[in-house]
Order: sequence, then C-alpha cells, then structure tokens
Amino acid sequence: MSGIPHDHYEPKTGIEKWLHSRLPIVGLAYDTLMIPTPKNLNWWWIWGIVLTFCLVLMIATGVVLVMHYTPHVDYAFASIEHIMRDVNGGYFIRYTHMNGASLFFFAVYIHIFRGLFYGSYKAPREVTWIVGMLIYLAMMGTAFMGYVLPWGQMSFWGATVITGLFGAIPFIGPDIQTWLLGGPAVDNATLNRFFSLHYLLPMVIAALVAVHIWAFHTTGNNNPTGVAVRTATKEEAEKDTLPFWPYFVIKDLFALAVILAVFFAVVAFMPNYLGHPDNYIEANPLSTPAHIVPEWYFLPFYAILRAFTSDVWVVMFAEWISFGIIDAKFFGVLAMFGAIAVMALAPWLDTSSVRSGRYRPMFKWWFLLLVIDFVVLMWLGAMPAEEPYSSFSLVASAYWFAYFLVILPLLGVIEKPLPRPATIEDDFNAHYGKAKSATPAE
Amino acid sequence: MIRKLALTALLSLATPATSALAAGAEGHVEDFAFSFEGPFGKYDQNQLQRGLKIYTEICSACHGLKYVSFRSMAEEGGLGYSEDQVRAYASQVAILDEDANRDYYDAETGEFRTPTPADNFPAVTTANAPDLSLMAKARAGFHGPYGTGINQFFKGMGGAEYIASLLTGYTGEEKTEYGATLYENTAFPGGWISMAPPLAGEDVDFDDGHSNDLHHESEDIAAFLMWAAEPKMMQRKETGFLIVGFLIFLSVLLYLTNKRLWAPHKAKAKALNAKD
Repeated sequence: MSGIPHDHYEPKTGIEKWLHSRLPIVGLAYDTLMIPTPKNLNWWWIWGIVLTFCLVLMIATGVVLVMHYTPHVDYAFASIEHIMRDVNGGYFIRYTHMNGASLFFFAVYIHIFRGLFYGSYKAPREVTWIVGMLIYLAMMGTAFMGYVLPWGQMSFWGATVITGLFGAIPFIGPDIQTWLLGGPAVDNATLNRFFSLHYLLPMVIAALVAVHIWAFHTTGNNNPTGVAVRTATKEEAEKDTLPFWPYFVIKDLFALAVILAVFFAVVAFMPNYLGHPDNYIEANPLSTPAHIVPEWYFLPFYAILRAFTSDVWVVMFAEWISFGIIDAKFFGVLAMFGAIAVMALAPWLDTSSVRSGRYRPMFKWWFLLLVIDFVVLMWLGAMPAEEPYSSFSLVASAYWFAYFLVILPLLGVIEKPLPRPATIEDDFNAHYGKAKSATPAE
Repeated sequence: MIRKLALTALLSLATPATSALAAGAEGHVEDFAFSFEGPFGKYDQNQLQRGLKIYTEICSACHGLKYVSFRSMAEEGGLGYSEDQVRAYASQVAILDEDANRDYYDAETGEFRTPTPADNFPAVTTANAPDLSLMAKARAGFHGPYGTGINQFFKGMGGAEYIASLLTGYTGEEKTEYGATLYENTAFPGGWISMAPPLAGEDVDFDDGHSNDLHHESEDIAAFLMWAAEPKMMQRKETGFLIVGFLIFLSVLLYLTNKRLWAPHKAKAKALNAKD
C-alpha cells in the first residue's frame, strides 16, 4: 500500500494461505499496522489517534443513548432527563457524549493547525488534506444536529438561526430553508430529520477517515522536517523510519491516556462547563433567549459570519456590483463558508517549496499570528455584536483571509528558507545529540 | 445578520418579562459556600431534607418538580430516606393542578389516585411558575473572567448560588406594570421579578433544630434544588476518581513502556553523535 519499501505479510500456515488467496484482509491489517513511519515525529503527531478514538467513543456512547432517546418534540427533552436519572450509568454516558464533542473539536483544531505549520497539505498530500476538510465539514454538521436533539432552548434557537443562514441565499434560499426544516419553522419534522442525519453522518465520517488514512499511507506521513523518507532501497528507508507498531502505537496511547485523564476529569467534575445553562430549559418557540450563542467550537466561524455587516465597504461594494443580490446577510454566509474554503485550498495557495515551517523564518511569525487570530475570533464569537467587538471581528476575519489569499502565495516568492537536514535520520540523530549535550551529567 | 434575526425574533415574540430580561443588566449573585462544590464536594443529607421541607410547605404551591421521582429520594447520595418514608411522603402529596397531571387520573373511579414512590412529583402550571426540576442547572451564577466561568471546577455552575441569591435578593420595592406587580430583586437579571418574595425567614420549623432565618432557608432550598437537578452528582464524582486514577496509572505504565521501547534507537543516535 505504501510507497515506502518494507516487509509485507507472508501467509505461513495452510489456513492463512487459504484465506489470503481469497481475501487478503490479514495482509491489509498487517501492512496498515506495520507501515514505516518517520522516526522523528514529535508530539504534535499524536492527535490523529485521539481523533480516531473520539469517533469510536462518540459512536459507542451515541448508540447507547439512542436506545433511550425519543425523537419527538413532546418527549425529547423528557427522554434526556430519563437518561440522566433512570438509565443505569446514563448520566455518565450522556455527559461523555456531550463533552466528547468538545474533545473531538479540540483535537481536530490542533490536528489542522499542525498540518498548516508543517506543510502537511503540500504535494503529494493534497488529497489527504481535502478529505480531512470534508471530515471537518461533516463533523460540524453532525455536531450542530446533535446539539438540537436535547430540544432545549439553545437547541431550538440555534437550529432556527443556523437554518436561517440558508434562507439568506438569493432567490432559492427561503425554499431551501423550508426544505431543510421540513416545514415553515423548526418543529417535529426538523427534529426527526436531524436525528436521522445525526446517526447517518458519523458513518460517512468513518468512511472518510478510512480514505484519509488510505491516502496518507499511500504517500507516507509528513514529519517535522518536511523532508521525504528515502525510498530507493529498503535499507535506506529503514534508517529514516520505524514501524507504526509498536513504536508509534505505544507513544500515541501514552498521549491518549494523559489526554483522557484530563477529559474525564472535566466529564466527572465540571460536565456542564462547556454547555449553556439555557439548554436545561425545554424549547419554547414563544420565548427567545437573551443571547443565542453557538457551541465554543463554532465561535471563530460565527464571528466571521457576523463580522460583515452592511456598513462595511466590501459588503457595500458587493451589494452594488451584484445589483443588491448579495446583501450583508448573504455576504456573511459566503464569508463563513469561504473561510473554510480558503483553508481547503491551502495546497495551491502556498507557493513555497519548503514544507515545514521550522525552516521558514518569515512564515513562522505569520503562522503564529494566524493561531492568535483564531483564538481571538473564538473570543469575539462569544461577545455581543456591538462595538468595539464588531470592528475587532472585521480585522480578525480580514487577517484569516489575508493569510491564505495573500501571505501564503507571497511568502513562497520573497522568503529565503533556512537549510534543511538532508535526511530524517540526520534530524533524528541531531535531536538526540543535542539532548545529550544539554544534560552532560547523563 | 444574526443580530437582525435575533432582534426581529425578540421584538415579535418576546413577552414583556423576557424583553425586560434582555434589556437589563446581569443580576448580582452572592457566592454561597455549598457542601457539594468542587471535585470532593458532597451533598449534606440533612440540608437536602430541610430543603425538601421548604419545597413541600412553600414552593410546591406554585412550582412543580415533574422530572424528579419520589423513589429517587431513597437513592444513595441524596436525601437518604428509607422506602417506607418515601411511600409515606408520596401518599400525602396533593394533586393541585389536575389538568397537568392526567397520569394520576383513574378512569374507573373517576378520581385522582394517591401518588406512589414510582411516580414523579406532580407538575404545577396553575400559577404560570416555571418547573424547578432543572432550575439549578438552567441558571449560571458564575460567568468568570471574560465569560469563561473558569472557577466552575471548584464551585460548580453557580445555579444554586443564583437561587439562594434570588431568594435573599428582594429589596422590598414593588411596582405595577401592565397590570402585574413586579418586585425588585438584586439577583434577577433586569432587576424586577414577577414572583412575590416566597420566604421571609422563620417560614418552616426544622426537626434538626437548624436555624430557619432567611439566609439559611434560602441556602437549604437551593441545595435541595441542586440535588433535584443533579441527583447523580455524588456517583458521578466517585466514578470520576476511579476513571481518572486508572488513567493516570495507565499513563505511567505507558510512559515507561514507551521509554524502554525507544531507548535502543535513541541510544544509537546518541552514540553516533558522540563519535562525530
């Protein structure tokens, strides 16, 4: 499967040979698990395992929750309380599922920013990157629809606001919105289809994850130097890599155990920290909450959505040039989806031939600013839409787009990259040499 | 755009009470010290029982508790009543709001039957007062620096604090708006609440001789409502210690395994460097 030469599975006994000639499933598992992996991978490379674990955790807890949940506007809220109070261990399963969504997004954001810093999106890994972006979009859809299911106040009003975004599309928007909702407003039909899709999309994500892994197992992992594994001979490749099992499995499991210790401390000791108190009030179409706030993981894009109000010149220009078809509301929606689209296009917007940010003296600082920008946008998304937050949001949104559309293309031309190690082996050896000189007593 | 949408929805749908809520500032929430705060916090059984007495004698006239079952009062980590005590309690609960509790209606006799431990507390909708089952989780007392509420780990969400602050927060001022009387309250967002002061102090006599001034009564009912909203809190924390303890132990084992596993390769790298 991999382009890196390594030993493949050889069936030995009769039964192994019998199965292998009919369905090489053991060979597939063997090659997947024993894939040569760059031995200089640092701790930023552990989040893939965390994400895989999250998907399994969410599906496992979700399947149990469905056994006790009732998707009906009159019973949904009560059935959640039934889970919390009467189902054995139900309170723990539900709190794990609820906070599991947060762990999932926390991990995916670090995973994405790791890819952005080390240039994991660059050739030959563009397909891995695009599939990853599709997974991220599917995650957002799944999380949003899952949040609607408890049928609390934030569920209802969040669904009203977000489906309203589609209503902003010119001409066909209102029809699309009605089609999505299954009626003129958020109601039982909406709850039922969201429940159905909330169960379907994770299966789509699981399939996409398989493709994502298939893609980077074909190209091989990127690594902190961005230098490719030597693939001329097996001997050379073995100098740069170690098999995934046991070296990286054990390393990743250690990291996973530490992360889960923190995660379960949150689940057990502050399970509602990341939730909103209004969602413990049953949905009431006649009473709007004072502030409608999405979950924390949507806040950066929510801030971008709100940033482009009708008094911003780009919005005014867009409205003028399109004869009023693109109004501020639609512009905001385009900006929000555009923010993800420009990120997906990074492989073609980045003109630098150097993958790793480690060897790009100018890029480093712009990247750091992007990370800060993301955190600031998250904060702004939670703030009310008034001054000075509106102006901050506009500046922060502008930087997000500028990073991908202006800075990445320009840096590749003007930046002079630092010298890179010739091989991964050199980097690995140099690293442990430095560690030795730093601690001479050892 | 969202602002426009939210505002339109607000203007078209909001009742006077909710628009007052949106317009007013956040109320002031006092930081009460409850026994159940923090990872080691536990419910105080006596306090929960006192709170139940206040709920039974005062709050239940207007507020329901429809998600809380009577039998849960016999569960561990809560009020600690025996099954007989629960049965006796349930049997003397009166169904005040017949329309909201059709489950209790017995078609054969044409009467409302006596509640049993298997039932939930009856719903009460007559006074237009909110159900209190989840009130302690539906309000947050602490929003922390920049709305992060980071102190939740040690203090919880502050829902119980909010309830106790509300009950002690009446200033005694009243006003009439759209024919309804509103009472000034320092904890209520917007400052004016439609609920008349329910407690004045010395409303209930406690069997354990605990002080029944307004401050203590408010604390006790708030603690009881926290239990009503989160009856499995103590089991949750116990499970948490088990899981976190296990994961820390597992982390140590995996750390040592990982170190041992990689040692030959790192040593080889070091030896190579030493030669250079």
